[in-house]
Formats: sequence, C-alpha cells, structure tokens
Amino acid sequence: MGREHGAKSGAVLVVGGGVAGVQAALDLAEMGFHVYLVEKSASIGGAMARLDKTFPTNDCAL
Amino acid sequence: MTNATLESLEGEAGKFTAKVHRLPRFINEDLCTACGVCTMYCPVLVSDTYNEELAITRAPHKDYPQAVPASFYIDPKKCLFLNYETCQICIPTCQAKAIDFSQKEERLDLSVGAVILAPGFGRISDKVLARYGYGRFPDVVTSLEFERIMCASGPSRGEIIRPSDGKHPQKIAFLQCIGSRDITSGNGYCSSVCCMYAVKEATVVKEHAPDVDISIFYMDMRTAGKGFDASRQRARDTHHLRFIRSRVAEVRERGDKLRLSYADSEGNHKEDDFDMVVLSVGLESPEDAQSLAVTAGIKLNQYDFCDTKAFLPLDASRPGVYVAGAFQGPKDIPESVMQAIGSAAAAAEILHEARGTEVIRKEYPSEMGIAEEPRIGVFVCHCGINIGGVVNVSEVASYARTLKDVVSVDDSLYSCSQDSQKVIKDAIKEHNLNRVVVAACTPRTHEPLFQETLRDIGLNRSLFEMVNIRDQCSWVHAHEPKEATAKAKDLVRMAVAKARLLYPLPEQTVPVIPKALVIGGGIAGMTAALSIAEQGFECFLVENSAQLGGNLRRLKTTLTGEDPGQLLNEVETRARNHPRIKVYTNTQVENVSGYIGNFASTLSTETGSEVIEHGVVVVATGGREHRLKKYLYGQSKHVLTQLELEEILSSPEKAKKINEVVMIQCAGSRGDDLSYCSKLCCGQAVKNALRLKELNPAASIYVLYRDVRTYGFMEDYYREAREKGVVFINYEKENPPVVMPNDDKITVEFMDVLLGEKVKLEPDLVTLSVGIVPNEVEELAKLLKIPLTQENFFLEAHVKLRPVEMAVSGVYVCGLAHSPKPIDESISQARAAAGKACVPLSKGFVAVEPIVSSVGKDKCIGCGICESLCPYKAIHLIKVDKKKKAETITASCKGCGICASHCPTLAISMGGFTNEEIMAQIRAFGEC
Repeated sequence: MGREHGAKSGAVLVVGGGVAGVQAALDLAEMGFHVYLVEKSASIGGAMARLDKTFPTNDCAL
Repeated sequence: MTNATLESLEGEAGKFTAKVHRLPRFINEDLCTACGVCTMYCPVLVSDTYNEELAITRAPHKDYPQAVPASFYIDPKKCLFLNYETCQICIPTCQAKAIDFSQKEERLDLSVGAVILAPGFGRISDKVLARYGYGRFPDVVTSLEFERIMCASGPSRGEIIRPSDGKHPQKIAFLQCIGSRDITSGNGYCSSVCCMYAVKEATVVKEHAPDVDISIFYMDMRTAGKGFDASRQRARDTHHLRFIRSRVAEVRERGDKLRLSYADSEGNHKEDDFDMVVLSVGLESPEDAQSLAVTAGIKLNQYDFCDTKAFLPLDASRPGVYVAGAFQGPKDIPESVMQAIGSAAAAAEILHEARGTEVIRKEYPSEMGIAEEPRIGVFVCHCGINIGGVVNVSEVASYARTLKDVVSVDDSLYSCSQDSQKVIKDAIKEHNLNRVVVAACTPRTHEPLFQETLRDIGLNRSLFEMVNIRDQCSWVHAHEPKEATAKAKDLVRMAVAKARLLYPLPEQTVPVIPKALVIGGGIAGMTAALSIAEQGFECFLVENSAQLGGNLRRLKTTLTGEDPGQLLNEVETRARNHPRIKVYTNTQVENVSGYIGNFASTLSTETGSEVIEHGVVVVATGGREHRLKKYLYGQSKHVLTQLELEEILSSPEKAKKINEVVMIQCAGSRGDDLSYCSKLCCGQAVKNALRLKELNPAASIYVLYRDVRTYGFMEDYYREAREKGVVFINYEKENPPVVMPNDDKITVEFMDVLLGEKVKLEPDLVTLSVGIVPNEVEELAKLLKIPLTQENFFLEAHVKLRPVEMAVSGVYVCGLAHSPKPIDESISQARAAAGKACVPLSKGFVAVEPIVSSVGKDKCIGCGICESLCPYKAIHLIKVDKKKKAETITASCKGCGICASHCPTLAISMGGFTNEEIMAQIRAFGEC
C-alpha cells in the first residue's frame, strides 16, 4: 500500500514559516518537489523577522 | 498558506494525507495593494504583536512593512463587524475592493510524501519573568522587546528609550539565563542563543550611544559558534562592556532606578543601580508542541521539544516526519538553516522517485524579434503616497513623453500590482514596445517582477531598465518636493538613454553531470555521500587514509549514550554497499578543474591516477585533536587528551584504577595556540567525567574551566556531573593552572577564586581538552579557489543564510572542515550539504543570469589580469589560434564586473552594463 514504485507523492508539507520552514520549503521546491508551507500566523518570517540585526556580523535580519 | 494549522496526519512515509485548517484573512490577497488606507480608517485599536505589544495598530493591518504575503488581513478577535456585525468602515475605503467578509474557514486534504516540522520556539512564561520585576517595573524589558526598541522600524523608530518615562537610559544591565539553565523554571537546558544576542544588543546600544554603561550578568559566556568568541571579544574591547559572572538574585525599584543585588565570583554580596534591565529570555518549546506532537504522531523530549537521536538529529520518531530549527532544541539561525536544508534533503531521500511529478512548470511564450528602432515605454509609479506624496509623478510622466524614442508613458498608483502588470503588457502589444523603463522603487526587490512581465509577453528580460525614484528621490529628499521631482526627471532621462542601447541577452543554461564528488570519508563525508546517493545520484567518496570513519573510529561513547562503533559500522556498510557510491580509500584529490555542473578531478589512487567527471563537490575533509606543547603533554605519561582518556575509560578495569583526575579545559583553545573555541570539548569533558564516575564512583574529578559551554540539552549532563560530585572550578585566561612534574607523579596548581587561595593537587591523571584543528587543506582550497578563514576552516558563502555553500558555485562544505562541532551537528550539516549539492543535480542544468561578462576576443591581449582577480574562478585563459585569450565561464560568473573594470584594453563587457550603455547614461545626465 503506497510502497510500490511510483505511488509516492512528490509533494512535501512544511509546518511553520520561520527561517527554518521557509529555507526547507525553498530548497525542496528547487529540488523539484511541490511544497505546502503552512504557517499559523498571518505572515511568514517567524522570530527572525522581529530581529533588528543578527550576531556576529550585525547584518539586517530582514 | 497563512492562518493555517495542521489538524491531522494519516498514512505513512511516502503517502501521507494531511488535513490543514485555514482561517480567513478577510482581505483578498490577490486584490490587496497593501496601501494601508483600511488601517487608517479602522476605529479599533489593537496592540501590535510584531512590536512585542509596545506599539498599537488597528484591526486591518499587516505585521510589518516587508511582510509576506504582502497583503493586509483583519484581526478577527478585534474587528467590530466580525464580533458585533457593526462598522464595516473599511469596505468603502478600499479602492481595490479587496475586503471580503464573506471569506470562510477552509479544510484542505493534502497528499504529501513527507512532512517537515519547523514550528519554532515559544516564550518563557510571565511568571518566570516576574521574579525579576517584569510586569511590575516598566523598565524591566525582555530582550525581544529591547530588540524592537532598538529597531529603526520599531515603536520608537530606533531611539533607545525607557518605557517608563521615555528618557535615554545611561546604565543598562543584561541578565542572562532567564528561563534557561534553571530547573525551578522548568527549563534545565541552555537556550544556546542568548549570550550571542545579548552581546549583539549591547553592541548596537553602544553604537547608538557610546556613553551608555552596560553590564552583562552571566554564568558562562557560551559564544561557542564559528567566529563567535572573536566577536564577543571585539565587542568587549571596543565597547568596554562589563561582564560580571553572577546570577542576579533580585531586582528592586529604587527611585526611578532599578537596584540589582548579586553575589560576585569571589562570593561578595553587591548591589548596583541601573536605568534599565534587559532580561535575556531563553527559548521555550512552542506553546502548541503537545498538540502538534499528537497530530503529527511524534514523540517529544522531557522539555516538550521534538525528540531526536544524536545520530539522526533530523528524524522525528515517526518515519517520513522530519524536524528543523528550534523545535529540535534551542539553536541559532545558522544551525536552524542547516537543519532546514538537511531535512529537505531527508525528505528528498525518501521521495526521489517522485521528484518532479507534482511541480507546475511555468511556460513562457517564445521571444519576439525586436525592431531596430528603439520603441520605449516608460511607467512611473506613485507607490501610493510613498513616491507620489513628494514627487510630482504626473509631471515626471509628462516629461518622459518628450524624450526621444519614448512612444508610450503611463503612471499608476502601484506599478507592482497585478493589474499594472496587465497595463504594461497591453502597452507593449499596443505600441509594439521593445524597451521598458519603470520608475518606481528598488530593482533589488522589484526588478524580477517586471522582468517576469516582459517574459510573459515574449520580450527578453534584459530589455528592461529600472529607475529608483523612491529611495533616491522621495525618501532622501522628502522635504524638497521640487528638487525631488527634478531629480526624478534626470534619472528617467538617463534610464531612457541607457534603454535605447539595451539588447536582448540570451537565457543560458549549462548542463550538469549528475554525479557528486565527496572529499573526506569521516562521518560527515559518509553521511553526505549516502544522502546524495539516496537522492538518486552517483557519488564518488574519496578518503585520504586507509579507512573510512575518521574521528568516529576513536569515539567510544556519546554524551547521550549512543554507540559510535555501531554507527560507524552501519554507515560504513551502507556506504560501501550502496550501488550509487564508489568508495576510494588511500586516495588524494590531485587536481580539480571545471565549474559547477562540469568538474573533472584527478584522483591519485594506490593503483594510479584516475579522472572522474562530476557536477558538484562536497568538502568534508574534517579535523583532528590539536597537539599541544604545554602542560607537559607528551612529556609525562600522566597527561592525556580527552580522546586518550576516552580510550582508557573503554576498559572498566583501567578506569577503576583512576582515583583522581584534573581536567583542564581550553588547554589549546581560546588562547595562544588556537584563538577560537572548539565547541565540543566541554561536552566531551562532562561525558568522560560521568563515565568515570559511573565506573568508579569514588573518583575525584576536578574540571578547570573558563566557561562551561554545555549548550542546549547538554546542560542536563553538566548538572548531573555536578550532582555526582564532579567539581568545576573557574580560571581566567590570565591565570591558567600550572602542571609540574613531581618525581614519578604530577602536580597541578591553580587559583580557586571562591576560596581566594591557591590549590595544589597530585592527581593520577591530567586530562587536557586540547581543541580541534582542521586537517591540511591549503592545497585543496587553492585547487577549488575557495577562501579559508584565518584558522584554515573553509569559509562559507554567508554565515547565517548559506552555511554550507561556498563562494564558488557547486562546492559545499560540512563537518569539522567548516568549524569544530559535535557529531550531531556534523551529521545535520552533512545532510544539508548533500541537500544543496542535489539542487543542481536534480535540475540537470544551471541557469545563468544574463548579467555575465563576455570577452571581445579581438581586443583581448591575454594578459590574465582578469583571471587573477576573479573571486569566483569564473574567467580563465584559453588558447585561440596559439594566442592566449580570456574566456568567461558563464555558469560560474556572478556578474560582479571586476574583470571588466580591470581590463586594460576594455575587451571585457558586462551584459546589461556595457561601456556604451553606461556612457550614454552619463551623457544624458549632462543633457537637460
């Protein structure tokens, strides 16, 4: 059941739209998979989008 | 899908059905132009969660200006209509007619082959924070709140002020480990990020206001990551930050100040007053961790983070479900990004047969031929009031009509909106345009969108020029509307002059040989090779020495109790027997030539040389224990490294004879030998200490440390070691312990700060945490033209966002070759490197940006300056009719222009930025 060749789905579900979720989604899409990115709040970006700058280079987080 | 949660997950790996519940936004994403008028008219005030509730917004809003999706949404808890069926003021204010209260919640059944969980982290409860006066004293803030206060887009526009009275604080205290390393708060673990962000926040304050006095109260400074210690030191020295090793007992209010009481490292009771206190809050497991675990069918650990094993750090307990980021355990951005790429690779491993079956490929019409005569269309954007509020847009548009070759001009409220794209396409068709100029915001964010519009209608995307009249006109000249308008006209004239000379650039792709070379056969190299092979590609695994396994061969146990020998066995057997992996031992990489997609490498094997062709390279050359010349290492048989002790402890008989051990941490690291922190030695010392205590509970163990860096869940083992009687004693770099020979024995002398006196011990063994050095890689780095750090670790393309890619396309790094790290992190990173390596392999081609350099062979004199300067190994000399000529390797070229700007005969030209185009632009500036 679902194990034989060709029965696998070419789609992946990513739960969470922070930096990790977005990165995973982007890479999967680049690798040729359809991605559903599910985020519970109204915008993606997560905690990183709240940061002003990042250690150690003090680059802008956005 | 935003406002969406996972409700159930049925089925099995390869074939899951996920039910997703999606709540409405009440604003149509496709229609909303994000103009913000609805927010202005809404009567309901809502506290702004993006700004940590330090600011207010209104029911219809978006979280922050750059939010994705860019459309607004309505807060259903606060909206008057959704709660009381009144108001609806926003509906008529929206010109785009995007507000839609008829939207309903949806339930979607999705067929997916794998699931990646990346829900992030939660917040430390207010109850824990209240112990430090949070909630009672307004000037006690969390580090996240402070982050918003410092931010230019924050509630105070980046001005650092106290919440209580709006004054500038002169003296700020940071309290570390709030809600971390504290079993009374329920979190025994270390949150692994707070030391770094505290140093960062302190640095930013100092850059704003150099006179502010900053004290950081900490237990151990755990700046263990790559380059982190150096940054901390720099911050301390440049900005004179005060680091105080102490846990603050109490925060009280005293007048308009906050009084902290604490005990210093000598045990003295102290008090000090501050204007503001920042609580460095830790990372809690996500609030919905337990329900997510039930829904996804996975196990959690004791702290409600996702349970994983040291050797399978990305695999949740249910097959086909992977985890990335802070949900796997507290971690920083680079580690999260690495895990994310690694989990994507893990999903690709099980689904590789189905790759490409469900993607929707975009088709473009074939490109139309263009007439000789330039026919230019100019589109000027108001950007709501963002440009239009300062620049007289219709005046700029009228001016554009007067310019030569301009046959169509239009201005729109938002050129980037979907309907504006249609306007542009219609104009291209109607006026037979063959060049397009858009005067709007920055090409950095919007050029691809407009280029896409051109491609959609069959125009080459290089026939596009963008003018930034927002940043360069309305923003910087906000108070001089006349001048801003004049400048906008100048810029449009210059862009039109350049546009006249634009010509179509070919959309190039380069085919990729679907094979990988992995250099290094330790755990990182083997893991990477296996992942690449499991993703369906052939892989050459090349190991210098006679055996696979690297350092893993010397490990006997792990801190978490796994068996490294078994791991080695399994992974080596799989790698050796995998039909798509070819293992080479006793083999060196002699030469590498070529570029992404088309490398050819010469291997020197025991039986001779062999040339292999491959599309990508993974560097996993590893590292080893540093060899010390101090502390009598190599002179006394009583002085060992941690790995040597580990070997002895693998025999219980020998272990039982050890009655007293002194471990010296940072014996090689963080000092004169190695300047950096080796990250894994603290965990190793705790592991060996616990193992010895298990075999010989009576043994006395002293660990002399600078900072104990048992970050994340390792902290539990550090606590266990202390509970079992292992004594940890701090020493300062300036005052290291001294190891002396003593007849057949050995003496260690060190300063015990708490006792305030020198202590002398005569242990059976002194164990040195010697640190990690990279293997010799200078030659390889030169072959691949990849930069190394000062310490000879490979330098990644971006420390945060591209942690496994290198400056040279098609080359990836993982494991100790990148930086010292424990085994689980090496495994995650190896899978990440494999993930990135498989991107070009799966695509089968590399798309080349049209902005690459090209060499005019007639003018080229073959001097080679370009080749020596190119940072990407993207231009080289070839023989043409017995003469040396430069040639661009378009697949590797990043379009930086260094070669073109240094060519003495102006033989090199940049697509889209030719000398003629730029000269025309400059001449047009002088015209008016």
